[in-house]
Amino acid sequence: MTGSRDAVLARIRAASPPSARPPLGRVERSYRGPVGAGDLDRFAARVADYRAAVTRCGAAEVASTVAEALGRRGANRVVVPAGLDPAWLPADLEVVGDDPPLSTLQLDALDATLTTCAVAVAETGTIILDHGPGQGRRALTLVPDVHVVVVPGHLVVAGVPDAVARLDPTRPHTWISGPSATSDIELDRVEGVHGPRTLHVVVCEPPGPRP
Amino acid sequence: MSGADWVPVAPPGVGHLRGARPFPQEAAAAVTDRTLRSNLTGATTRIRAKRDAAVSEVADWEQLREAGAAIKDDVLAHLDTYLLRLEEQVTARGGTVHWAADAAEANRIILELVGAAGAGEVVKVKSMTTQEIGLNEALAAAGVAAIETDLAELIVQLGDDWPSHFLVPAIHCNRTEIRDIFRRAMPGVDPELPDEPAALAEASRRYLRDKFLSAEVAISGANFAVAETGTLAVVESEGNGRMCLTLPRTLVTVMGIEKLLPRWADLEVFMQLLPRSSTAERMNPYTSFWTGATEGQELHLVLLDNGRTATLADPAGRAALRCIRCSACLNVCPVYERVGGHAYGSVYPGPIGAVLSPQLTGVAANPTLPFASTLCGACYEVCPVAIDIPTMLVHLRERAVAAGSEPAAERVAMRAMAWLMASRRRWAPSLAALRAGRLLGRRPPLPPPLSAWTSSRDLPRPPARTFMQWWDEEERR
Repeated sequence: MTGSRDAVLARIRAASPPSARPPLGRVERSYRGPVGAGDLDRFAARVADYRAAVTRCGAAEVASTVAEALGRRGANRVVVPAGLDPAWLPADLEVVGDDPPLSTLQLDALDATLTTCAVAVAETGTIILDHGPGQGRRALTLVPDVHVVVVPGHLVVAGVPDAVARLDPTRPHTWISGPSATSDIELDRVEGVHGPRTLHVVVCEPPGPRP
Repeated sequence: MSGADWVPVAPPGVGHLRGARPFPQEAAAAVTDRTLRSNLTGATTRIRAKRDAAVSEVADWEQLREAGAAIKDDVLAHLDTYLLRLEEQVTARGGTVHWAADAAEANRIILELVGAAGAGEVVKVKSMTTQEIGLNEALAAAGVAAIETDLAELIVQLGDDWPSHFLVPAIHCNRTEIRDIFRRAMPGVDPELPDEPAALAEASRRYLRDKFLSAEVAISGANFAVAETGTLAVVESEGNGRMCLTLPRTLVTVMGIEKLLPRWADLEVFMQLLPRSSTAERMNPYTSFWTGATEGQELHLVLLDNGRTATLADPAGRAALRCIRCSACLNVCPVYERVGGHAYGSVYPGPIGAVLSPQLTGVAANPTLPFASTLCGACYEVCPVAIDIPTMLVHLRERAVAAGSEPAAERVAMRAMAWLMASRRRWAPSLAALRAGRLLGRRPPLPPPLSAWTSSRDLPRPPARTFMQWWDEEERR
C-alpha cells in the first residue's frame, strides 16, 4: 500500500458521515434471477448473430465436426490445452501442447486453438472461459487467429444471472460474444481486430432425441 | 449552500477536466462545423436505434435499472467500507493497492511503477480515468511512450487530437478523415490504404501486433471492481484489452474509487445494463475478469479520488458517481449531437459530463457546463443507473449562481424580475403593460441587447388578457 490512503478514507467519512447512512447492502432485487438451462436453438442463433460460425452435432460427431471447422480455415497446427476430451480430437490433427508453456511468439505462429468452455449463455450468445481444464491459460485463446470452441449442451444456461451464479470468482474469466470486433469507425461494426478473427462454435447436443 | 467546498476537488494544471474556453464559446464555434454535425448525426442516429432494439427485448429492464441504481447507491453510502474490502481482497490475492488523492499523485505512482519495471514503452487499454489525469502527458514528460491500443484512441492519438465520446472517442471523424490520419501518421502503413472500415481495422491490427507481443507493462482502467472478491473487469470489443491484460508481465490498473460493486452477484445486473446501453449489443465481444495477480503477472491497482469525494459530499449531486460510462446519454442529447464532445472541455462530455466535470473540479472552475443542456430529460430516460441528470443540472446551476459565476446580465434581469414579482402593486401593472406588446405583431423582435434572444427564437405574443385579470373578473361575477 502506498499513497494517500488515510486522507482519502477521511474525506469519504467527512463527505458521507457514518451516522447518516442506510444499512449496508440494502438493495431491492425484483429483476429476473437465475432460471436454469438454456435453449440450444436460441444459443446457436444468437452466436450466429455475431457472425461467428456455429455447427451443431451429436456427441459422437465432435471430432469430425472439429476437423471440418479447422479444415475450412486451412488450420493444421493447433494448440490444445490439457484436459480437453481426447475423443474430440480429429485423428490426423497436428496437436501442439502448452506444457511447458509456449512463448507468445510460438503461439502467434500457430494456426488455431481448440478448447471447451466453463458455461455459455443462450440469451446473449456468450461463451465464458474460466481457463480451467480444456480451456488453457488466457493467451491460448487470444493469440492464434482461429478459435474453435466445443460447447457441450449441458453447459448452456438461460441468462446472465445463471452464468454469474455458476462461476467461481477467484478464477480469471473471459466472456466471448462473437469474434473480435470494432464499431469505432462511424459506429459500423467490423469483425476481426486483435482477438481471433474467426470464432467457430461447435454445439454438442446432449444424448437422446432432440426436444 | 449545498455542496461541500471543504473537500478538495481535482486540482488545476494537471489532467483534462477543464476547457481552455467556456462552453458557450466552444459550442458557438462547433455548431458552424458542417462535417462535424453530419458525422455526429449519422453516428448517434444509428446507435440510438440499435440501443432501443437491444433494450426493448429485455422484459425486466426497468427492474434491472432500479437494482443498478440501488447497488451503486449502496456503494456510495458505504464507500470506505467497500474500498477497504476491495483492498483486502486484492492484497490477499497478490496484488498491490495504491491510493491517489488526485491526478498528480496518481501519475506519480504510475511513473514510479513503470520506472521500476524498466519500461520505455507501455501499451494502454482505453481508459477514461487515465485521460482524466493526463497520464499520457505525464509519461511522455518522463520519456515513456504510451501506445493507445483501442482503435478509436489510436486514431485520436495519431491525429494529435482529443477524444470526444466515451465509447467512440473518434466519433467526430468519418472514415475518410481516419484514413488520412493513418496514411499520415501510422508507421509502416500502406500509402494506398483505402477508407473501408475493415481495411482501417486491419491496418491497426498490423501496427499494434508487435507492440502487444513485446510489451512489458500495460496500463488499463476498470469498468468494475468487486469488493467482495477483489475481481477487476474490463469490458471491450476489439481484443486489445485482452492483449494488454494478458501478455505483459506488469499490469497497472487505474480506477476511480466509485467503480466498485459490493458483491460478485451484482455483475448479473451490470453485465446486462452496460453492453445494451453502450454498444447496443446483447453482449460486447470480450470481457475480462481477473482477481489479484493472475497467471504470474504483477498487478498494481491505483485507486483515484481526484474530486470524487467532493462529489460525494453533495447529497444532491452524488448520484453522478453511479455513472458506468456507457455513453447512452451522449447519444440521445440534442446539445451533444450539435456541438460534439470537444466543446465541453473535459474528457467527460455530454449530459453526464455536464454534471460530473463541474463537481470533480468544483463548480466555480466549470460554471458554464451545468447550463449546457435544454433539460429535455432524454438522458435520464436512457440512463441505465437512473441518474436524474436534469434535476442535478438545475441544482448545479444554483450552485454556479451561488458561487457568483452566472452571467451578469442574467443576474440583473433576475433581480429586477424578483423586485417586480414581490408585490402585486408592481406586478399587475407590469403585466398590463406587457399587453402593449401585442401591437408589435406576431413575432416581435426585441431591441439590443435582448435581440440576442429573439434572433434565434420567437417571443410569444402576449395574451389579450392575463390570468390575473381573468381571475379578478371571475371573482367579481
